[in-house]
Amino acid sequence: MLTTLAAPRALLALVALALLLALAPALPGGGARADAATPAPSPGVSAPTDVEGETITVRVRTADREDVPGAEVTATGAGVDPVSGTTDDGGAVELVVPGTGTYEVTLDVDSLTGPAAGLLPRENPVQRSVASGSANPVIFQLSEDGGASASAGGVSAGQVAQLVANGLRYGLIIALAAIGLSLVFGTTGLTNFAHGELITFGAIATYFLNVGAGVPFLLAAPLAVVLGGVAGYANDRLLWRPLRRRGTGLVAMMIVSIGLALLLRYLFLYVFGGSTQTYAEYQGQRGLDLGLFTLRPIDLISMAVAAVVLVAVGLVLVRTRLGKATRAVSDNPALAAASGIDVNRVILVVWVAGAALAALSGVLLGLAQQVQYQMGFQILLLVFAAVTLGGLGTAFGAMVGALFIGVFLEVSTLVIPTELRNVGALLVLILVLLVRPQGILGRASRIG
Amino acid sequence: MDWSSILGNTARAAIGLETVIYALAAIGLNVQFGYAGLLNFGQAAFVAVGAYGIAVTVTVLGLPFWLGVVVGLVAAVLLAVLLGIPTLRLRADYLAIATIAAAEIVRLTVRSATLRDQTGGSSGLSGFAEGFYDLSPFTPGQSYGFGPWVFGARLAWILLVGWVLVAVCCLVVFLLMRSPWGRVLKGIREDEDAVRSLGKNVYAYKMQALVIGGVIGALAGFVFGVGRASVQPDLYGTELTFFVYTVLLLGGAARVLGPVVGAAIFWVALVLIENVLVQAVGAGYVPDWLMSSTQVGQVRFMLVGLALMLLMIFRPQGIFGDRRELAIDAR
Amino acid sequence: MPADENRPDLTDLDEGTPHGGGGSHPAIAPGPGPRALAAREVLRDVPRVPGAPKPDPVLVADGVVRRFGGLTAVDVQHVEFQRGAITALIGPNGAGKTTFFNLLTGFDRPDEGSWTFEGRSLARVPAHRVARRGMVRTFQLTKALSRLTVIENMRLGATGQVGERLLSAMFRRVWRGQEDSNTRRADELLRRFKLDAKREDFAGSLSGGQRKLLEMARALMTEPRLVMLDEPMAGVNPALTQSLLGHVKDLREQGMTVVFVEHDMDMVRDISDWVVVMAQGTVVAEGPPDAVMADPAVIDAYLGGHHDAPLTEEDEAEQIAAAEAELEREHDQEVGR
Repeated sequence: MLTTLAAPRALLALVALALLLALAPALPGGGARADAATPAPSPGVSAPTDVEGETITVRVRTADREDVPGAEVTATGAGVDPVSGTTDDGGAVELVVPGTGTYEVTLDVDSLTGPAAGLLPRENPVQRSVASGSANPVIFQLSEDGGASASAGGVSAGQVAQLVANGLRYGLIIALAAIGLSLVFGTTGLTNFAHGELITFGAIATYFLNVGAGVPFLLAAPLAVVLGGVAGYANDRLLWRPLRRRGTGLVAMMIVSIGLALLLRYLFLYVFGGSTQTYAEYQGQRGLDLGLFTLRPIDLISMAVAAVVLVAVGLVLVRTRLGKATRAVSDNPALAAASGIDVNRVILVVWVAGAALAALSGVLLGLAQQVQYQMGFQILLLVFAAVTLGGLGTAFGAMVGALFIGVFLEVSTLVIPTELRNVGALLVLILVLLVRPQGILGRASRIG
Repeated sequence: MDWSSILGNTARAAIGLETVIYALAAIGLNVQFGYAGLLNFGQAAFVAVGAYGIAVTVTVLGLPFWLGVVVGLVAAVLLAVLLGIPTLRLRADYLAIATIAAAEIVRLTVRSATLRDQTGGSSGLSGFAEGFYDLSPFTPGQSYGFGPWVFGARLAWILLVGWVLVAVCCLVVFLLMRSPWGRVLKGIREDEDAVRSLGKNVYAYKMQALVIGGVIGALAGFVFGVGRASVQPDLYGTELTFFVYTVLLLGGAARVLGPVVGAAIFWVALVLIENVLVQAVGAGYVPDWLMSSTQVGQVRFMLVGLALMLLMIFRPQGIFGDRRELAIDAR
Repeated sequence: MPADENRPDLTDLDEGTPHGGGGSHPAIAPGPGPRALAAREVLRDVPRVPGAPKPDPVLVADGVVRRFGGLTAVDVQHVEFQRGAITALIGPNGAGKTTFFNLLTGFDRPDEGSWTFEGRSLARVPAHRVARRGMVRTFQLTKALSRLTVIENMRLGATGQVGERLLSAMFRRVWRGQEDSNTRRADELLRRFKLDAKREDFAGSLSGGQRKLLEMARALMTEPRLVMLDEPMAGVNPALTQSLLGHVKDLREQGMTVVFVEHDMDMVRDISDWVVVMAQGTVVAEGPPDAVMADPAVIDAYLGGHHDAPLTEEDEAEQIAAAEAELEREHDQEVGR
C-alpha cells in the first residue's frame, strides 16, 4: 500500500501547495472592474459553453412530434469551418458557430436510425440568420414523404416490433456494462460511479485505434476490449485494493469513485474533444427490412456478439471453478474467504473482466450511436437501473434487468415523449429500490 | 503574463457569485450529509427547484418576484418530502442512487420539450430577475468596492444579498448544531439504530434534515438563477452535486464554516489555475500540442476530480479538519 | 427458602473469584440483594415448562414468528418475563435469540404474533416508541456513538427533551434548564459506571468494556423499566466483567426488569433469576439457572447443538466468517485510531 500510494501522496502535497498559493493573493491587484471578469463556470454543461461563439439550437423531430436522437446536422457559413453535431435524447443539439451571420444547416438523412430511418425533412438544408444571445432555433420536421402528410394514428405491430428490436439492441449493450458494475458491487461493496468512464474508454480507444492509427475496426475493437481489461486491472491494483487494505469505508470509496469519474471524464474531453465522432467503418449502412422491423447489418452483428459474450460469461460463472468462486465471493465475501477462496484474486478477475465487458459495451454503443466523451456517464444511471432491477451483486440479474430496461425504454416511447423515456427508467429504478431492493431476481437477506 | 489581472480575478473569485452559490448549496448538503449522514446525491435538484421557482413564477405566471421566492421555497420543501418519504428508509448507498436518479428526473422533466411553455425546455428561461435588481440600493453604472474587489451595481447587489444569506444560514446551522436537536442528528450519523433505541424518531429527524438542507439548496438556486438572470436545465446536472460534495469535503464536513471555506478555496483554485493556464498558453509557455486555451477548462475539472479523490483518501476531514471529529466513516 | 437451597452451590462455584468484584463496586452489597431474594421467591413455584405463566409478567409474547425466505428464524408460542427479575435468554448459535430481541424491541417486524409490555400491545409499534414506553435495549455489537463525547452520548439518552424539537432548538434559553438537569443526571450515572474521568473523551476512544458500560449507562438515561441487554459480556475484558455483572444486578435492585442474551454460562448462573432456553427459534425450556442447566432436554438442545448433531457445514462456515469479520472490524478500528 505504501509504495502504491506514494505517488498520490506526492500529488496531494502538490495540490495542497497549489491551494495554499491560491489563498495567498490577498495582494491588491489593480482595481480592475469585475462584472465580466468572474468567469461563469458552468460545470453542468458539456464543452460548448466554454467556447466563445453563438449557438444554433437544432431540433429534429417527426411529424407526430417524437424527438429524434442521433441525427447528424452540420452548420456551414461563409469563411468558417463547418460545425457538426448529433442530436441528443431530446432530439436537440446545440451547434456553436464562431459568430453571427447567415448559416446553412443541413441534416444528414442517412444518419437517421430507428423509427426515424427513411423519413425525410420538409426542408433541407435550412437557412438561418444567427443573432447574438439568441438560441437561434432550427427545426427539422420529418415525415414519410417530406411533405405535410399526417401520420396515421394508433400503434402498429410493426412499430412495436421495431421498438422491441431497438430495445434489445440497447439492452444488450447495457447488459455488458451491467455485469462488471454488479459484480464489483457484489464482491467489494463499491458503488462505482466511475464505471461509465470504462464504457467511454472502450469507445474512445476504438476510435483512436481505428480513426487515429488506421487499424481496421475488426482489430481495433478487440484491442480496445483488451485495453479495457488492462484499465480494470490498473483500477483494482493501483486504487481499490490499496483502499480496501486501508479499510476505507464504502461511502468514502463511493466518493473516491466520483472523483475518479470526474478526472477521467475531463481527461477524455481533453484528449478526445467535445464533439461527436464516428468510427471509420460501418457508417451510413441502410437498414435491412426484416419483415416486422428494420435494423442495420452492423446492429445485427453487434447484437449477436453481445449475446454470445453474455452467454459465455454466464457459462463461465456457472461452470468454471473461477466462476463459482466469483459467485461465492459476491454472495458472502467473509464466508468465501473462510472457505479458502483467494478473495483478492477473485476481485481482480472481476475488475479485469468487468472492465473489459464495459469496454465492449462502449465499443458497441459507439456503433449504435456515436462516440462522445460522456457517453458512458450518460447511460450510467440506466446501467444502475438494470443492476438494481436484477438484484445488486448478481450477474444474471444484471443481464435480465438490462434487457428489461432496454426494451422498457424503447417501448415506453409509445406513450411518453422520447425525450422523457429515461425518466421512466429512472422511476423504475427508484421504485425497485423502494419495493424490492434485493431486485427481481435477488433474495431477501437475513438481518441480524 | 499579466499577474495583476490573474491575481485580481482570483481575489474576486474568493467572494464571487459562484462561491456564494456553492457555499449555500454546500451548507445545505452539510446539514444532510455532514451532520445527519444522509448521502443525498440530489442536491442539484434542490438548487434547480429554487432557481426555477422564481423563473417560472415570474416569466410564465407573470407574478411578482417575491412570490417566486416563496414558490421556490415551498417547492424545495415539497421535493424534500416527496423524495424523503420513500427513500429515507433505504441504506446509504441505495439512498445515493435513488436521490441521484430523482435529481435526473427533475432535470429531464424540466428540460423536456413537452413542458417547453412552462419551463423553457433545454434553453431554459430568462428575464425574471429584474424584480430583484429593482430593489437594489446601488446606482446602475456605478462601481462598488475596494482594492481588487470592485463590482458593478448589479453584481454588487446580488453578492451582498448572497453573502447575507450565507451568514444567516451559517448562524442557523450553528444554533441548530449546538442544540440537543443537532446532537440527535449527529447521533443518527454515527448509528441510527442506537439513536432509535433511545426513543428518538430517527425518520422524522432525517426528514427535517433533508428539508432544511433542501431549502438552503433552493437559496443557492435563487442566487444562481438571479445572478445569471437566466436558468438553463443542464446547469443543474449531477456534476453540480458532485462539485458541491467536493466543496464540502474541502472545507470539512460537519463544520459550520466548512462549506464557506471550501467554496472559497474551490473557486479561488479554479480561477487561479484557469487564469494562469490561459495566460501561459497565450504567451506560449505551454506548447500548443499540449494544451489549447479551450482545454484549460478541462484541465481544471480534471484537477477537481483528482482533488476529490485525494481528499477522500488522505484528508477526509477537510483541509483544516481534525481527524477525530471526522464526520464520515472514511477509515 | 428453596431459592437459597439452589443458591449456595452456585455461589460456591462462581463467587470464589468474583464476589470480590461485587465488593469493588460500592453501589452493590455483597451477596444477593433484597430484590434478588424476592424475585427468586416469587419464581419458586412457577412450573419449569416452556411458556410457563409468571405471577407478575411485564412482557408477554404470543405466537411470534419470523421467517427469512424459507427459514423460520423465530417461532415462539408463548413466553412471559417476570417483573423485577433478571431473566437470561440462552441457546445455541442460530437459535434466534437476537432475532427475537429485535422483534420484541421493534427493530424487526414479525410475520405473525403479538406481544405486550405492561399490558399494552407492542405489535407494529416502531422501535423508538418502544423505547419511550420504558423498554430500552442494548446491542450485541456495541453502538457507542464514536464521534460524540461520552457526556454527549449520555445526554442523548434523556427522553422528552424540548431542545430536540426543531423549533425550540435554536433558542438556548428554552432548553438550557432541562439540559443542565439532564447533565447532572448523566454525571451521576457516569460516576456510578466509573466513566466520569472519560467525560469529555470521544466515545470511539473507549475500550470495548467501557463502551459496553457507556451503552448501558446511556440506556439508563431513558429511565427504563425494562432493560434488554444483548450479550452484555461479549468482547469485554475480564477485568471489567465483574463490574458489569454488578451493574446488571444493580438494575434489579433499583426495581428494573432485566432480560439479557448471553453465551457465558458462568454469568448466566451467577446473576439470573430465571433462564429461558431457545433452540431453532422456539423456547425449549425454562426454569431457574441450575435446574435448567441440569435439564437433559436443555443439554440435548443446547450442547447437542455442538456435539451430537453438529452444525451443518454452512452454519459452521457462517460462524467462522462472522467471527473473522468481527476480528477484522476490530482490527480496522485499531488501525483507524
